[in-house]
Amino acid sequence: MLSKGLKRKREEEEEEEEEEEKEALAVDTWWLDSDHPAVAQAPPAVASSSLFDLSVLKLHHSLRQSEPDLRHLVLVVNTLRRIQASMVPTAALPPVPSLPAAPGMADNLLASSDAALSASMASLLEDLSHIEGLSQAPQPLAEEGPQGRPIGGAPPSLGSLDLLDPATGCLLDDGLEGLFEDIDTSMYDSELWAPASEGLKPGPEDGSGKEDTPELKETELKDTELDYLMDVLVGTQALERPPGPGR
Amino acid sequence: MDGGGVRAGELRGAGGGNDIQWCFSQVKGAVDDDVAEADIISTVEFNHSGELLATGDKGGRVVIFQQEQENKIQSHSRGEYNVYSTFQSHEPEFDYLKSLEIEEKINKIRWLPQKNAAQFLLSTNDKTIKLWKISERDKRPEGYNLKEEDGRYRDPTTVTTLRVPVFRPMDLMVEASPRRIFANAHTYHINSISINSDYETYLSADDLRINLWHLEITDRSFNIVDIKPANMEELTEVITAAEFHPNSCNTFVYSSSKGTIRLCDMRASALCDRHSKLFEEPEDPSNRSFFSEIISSISDVKFSHSGRYMMTRDYLSVKIWDLNMENRPVETYQVHEYLRSKLCSLYENDCIFDKFECCWNGSDSVVMTGSYNNFFRMFDRNTKRDITLEASRENNKPRTVLKPRKVCASGKRKKDEISVDSLDFNKKILHTAWHPKENIIAVATTNNLYIFQDKVN
Repeated sequence: MLSKGLKRKREEEEEEEEEEEKEALAVDTWWLDSDHPAVAQAPPAVASSSLFDLSVLKLHHSLRQSEPDLRHLVLVVNTLRRIQASMVPTAALPPVPSLPAAPGMADNLLASSDAALSASMASLLEDLSHIEGLSQAPQPLAEEGPQGRPIGGAPPSLGSLDLLDPATGCLLDDGLEGLFEDIDTSMYDSELWAPASEGLKPGPEDGSGKEDTPELKETELKDTELDYLMDVLVGTQALERPPGPGR
Repeated sequence: MDGGGVRAGELRGAGGGNDIQWCFSQVKGAVDDDVAEADIISTVEFNHSGELLATGDKGGRVVIFQQEQENKIQSHSRGEYNVYSTFQSHEPEFDYLKSLEIEEKINKIRWLPQKNAAQFLLSTNDKTIKLWKISERDKRPEGYNLKEEDGRYRDPTTVTTLRVPVFRPMDLMVEASPRRIFANAHTYHINSISINSDYETYLSADDLRINLWHLEITDRSFNIVDIKPANMEELTEVITAAEFHPNSCNTFVYSSSKGTIRLCDMRASALCDRHSKLFEEPEDPSNRSFFSEIISSISDVKFSHSGRYMMTRDYLSVKIWDLNMENRPVETYQVHEYLRSKLCSLYENDCIFDKFECCWNGSDSVVMTGSYNNFFRMFDRNTKRDITLEASRENNKPRTVLKPRKVCASGKRKKDEISVDSLDFNKKILHTAWHPKENIIAVATTNNLYIFQDKVN
């Protein structure tokens, strides 16, 4: 049960702060050293917030792949949702419309309590569908904000879904530009690649892109660049081939 | 019933305990510890007779080994496997539309049953499936009128008499040629291919879709399963493996990242989104954790040769399902239960996402799967005994009997036991294969292929 996880976490909450740094180092070490030695120790007493951060890091890392491994991504996202569900106390739930009773209760609580997280993950996955296989990571993620934060010692300045450079653990100053830098868009400069008018779904990038997070306001995204990249996304999506005639 | 000679097709007793003794036979691949990325073995498969053994690697190459004809005099061993053919199946590609590199790694190889002198196999990377023909040439024409033997053309004016070219023997040459290329049908990464028992069609599965192909037709395929949600935000599950039933050409199964297996009947409808059967075991509440879903994700599904059972592999166990019973498996075997308390660390280093395969022996009495530290496990379904063996170059001389290994989960470690903390998680055996008729197994470590066989007196 989820309660089992909660119990463990509360017992070790005191150790959490001391262990936090070690956990962070361990995670950083893992990112830096691809020959990280085999699991040699018994698992440290992992507090949920560390596990949450680890999962977020994994999510980012997965998305930064030129073509994310969908299975890995889905499993990490589902695990992240589970962790978050266990971290949010019932009292802190934002007001929600009336929920159906009992069996689906947990799922509904999850859905409503982490609405902001869901929205950002939703936009992540929606983006994936539009840019199936495209090498960009999606647009700026909605800031989770303090309401989603766990009890405990996570650094308050770190929004749960802020973009981190996985190698150093530092916030990416250049935000989205860092994510897009690998893409050579010179081939898209030709007029042949102008977006078609048919079959375009309204991109959620439009919506979530506007939600500037306090941290990301510092980044210097030029609107023109963003518009250009949007055109590229929309244009290439129109050229996507359907999977087969049986559909 | 311990006969003196080796009779092909006679299967001895089971895998665990004293009935069978596994011996080292051969090891293929580089000796040095520095593993070249391209040499990482990504798939292993015997053909239908067991005479040929194919491997695919991360560099897109296929290597086929052929078993020597049994030496009647040397009755203490079965034929050795030697290199028969090597070819580059897939090359790295660049998808210009999406600005993406397509990996050349061979994800799966599946053999077609032999119909004539040539052998055929399907090999696939993430996006493209290819049908390869492997044929032998041991004669060549000689005595052309217009060509010299070295290939230079003769001046026609110098030809005064005509002769008929004749075939003369030559050194055996094995040629591999691509006969069909099945491309552009998968948006996501292909994880499985499976040839239908009709030997005319096959399926290919990626994370969200399964397509049906005819072996002769490359410019179209039929989509038979599509689990992509209309809104990708609702995506919570992907397809992890798929296989055709060995006897019923209308039946196939596919497994998911949530630990479910769906059996589909293609006669029911063109798009098999509604399953005929759903196999799922309820979660054990006492074992529930944040990682429950990840460890329940099925990494491989294989029908038994009989077609009555299917086997699934999830992170910690192997389960045997009776196709007539959907609510729970009939047998469950723990592969490395001692890892259950280490799941968090394994999540951290991504080992928890490793995809282990599994296989049946020819008589469906023993199943095998890999683990870490270059260990692999066999479970005898009849005696309920199991054994852990190691694929290692140390102490492995031909016909040396392998010593069973044991992992000590906790407490005092006995002599010869290995503690969990000493396991090397970089040495994983993901791919294993069992000869269809004999007790010969092929086990792939990262870049080496080990061949073991049972002891013959």
